[in-house]
Amino acid sequence: MTLAWAEVGEIAARSLGVAGAATLLAALFGLPLGVWLGSRPRRGRMGAQVVLYAGMGLPPVVVGLLFYFLLSRSGPLGGLGLLFTPLAMVLAEAVLAFPMIAGFTLAAVRMRAEGVRRLVRGLGGSERQVLATLLWESRRPITAALAAGFGAAISEVGAATIVGGDIRFHTRVLTTAVVLETRKGELESALALGAVLLGVTLIVTAILVVWGERR
Amino acid sequence: MIRSEGLVRRYPGFELAVEALEVPPGRFVTVIGPSGAGKSTLLRLLAGLEPPDRGRVELGGRAVFLDQDRTVLERSVLANATFGLELMGVRRSEAARRVRPWLERVGLAEKLTQPAVSLSGGERARLALVRALAIEPDVLFLDEPTQALDPGNVDRVEGLLREAHGQGRTIVLVTHNLYQARRLGQETWFLLGGRLVERAPSERLFDRPREALTRAYVAGEMVY
Repeated sequence: MTLAWAEVGEIAARSLGVAGAATLLAALFGLPLGVWLGSRPRRGRMGAQVVLYAGMGLPPVVVGLLFYFLLSRSGPLGGLGLLFTPLAMVLAEAVLAFPMIAGFTLAAVRMRAEGVRRLVRGLGGSERQVLATLLWESRRPITAALAAGFGAAISEVGAATIVGGDIRFHTRVLTTAVVLETRKGELESALALGAVLLGVTLIVTAILVVWGERR
Repeated sequence: MIRSEGLVRRYPGFELAVEALEVPPGRFVTVIGPSGAGKSTLLRLLAGLEPPDRGRVELGGRAVFLDQDRTVLERSVLANATFGLELMGVRRSEAARRVRPWLERVGLAEKLTQPAVSLSGGERARLALVRALAIEPDVLFLDEPTQALDPGNVDRVEGLLREAHGQGRTIVLVTHNLYQARRLGQETWFLLGGRLVERAPSERLFDRPREALTRAYVAGEMVY
């Protein structure tokens, strides 16, 4: 293997940081939206549901291209100087993780919404307490939503390459490094990086599952 | 105290229309009628959980509504019992102190840490009632609280309701069990097809109903 383990560690840490931040950002907006939509009557949520479910199939390269257009020097947000930075990758990956988190949360909450609303309102609780209870009561399936969002963020390569540029010691992440090593013919390094990627994904998912199964 | 005037609620193919109703404090009212008569709808309207299309409801004091699903949360038995109090802003430790005697009385004290979803139907019914009674409501709206329970559990639930009534709480209970309606109610309302056919003191309604439809229904005839 031509890649030093220290560099692999650095790349893995960046992957985890970028995908983790993207998942958190997507969850910040996706969880409340999913809970709110899931608690709405069918007629009030169908349109948003279609958009979110369709968004789960967003091609990462298209999202990357969109962000490239927005963030490139001649683009509307070019002045921010974000292109080829980890932050740009976080934003693009958050867009990919968002429909997963909001969509799966919506599906999870929808199953329990009616019973929980009747219970909370019946006991004199407010609509805000209905939503908070729904969020907590759906924590197990929401774990799956977060895992899916994190999975989408950490495993994508198209957007990361386009907006990150795969710059060594700056924006290189596990997926872009795997592509690079494969192209160079360094299959041993590519396989090692792939194994690290799977390991990171497994560990994060395990943490989410353990958290979700708490009583 | 519950007071309503000219309540109307429409769904596709169904209309509930009930003229003035009044339930003085401390009264135990039972509501009977076949499925689809509008009993649960009327209960939700009176409890303020559903807005009427027309008319208005006045409700005095703190009210609690218990639905027939006996929904339990994916938490322990104790956390379910304290849930109502916590919604009111009571601290968890204080709420636990308050519900403990209730749970002991209904035979759930040994199951405090058990997940509530593992309880039987009868245990869930008792837990739901404890959760409601712990917040000391002035008015209790109950939608078939003993549905599909065995006689032993029916007796325990009815015991709790009698006690709550004895403490001065107003109770409006929807039931398909005519014996229960007669046993518990001071006053009974008979609904059919979204209309209040008759309301009278329970004993009178069951023994000497004035309306032919009521007479037929309490005699077990098919009036649907």
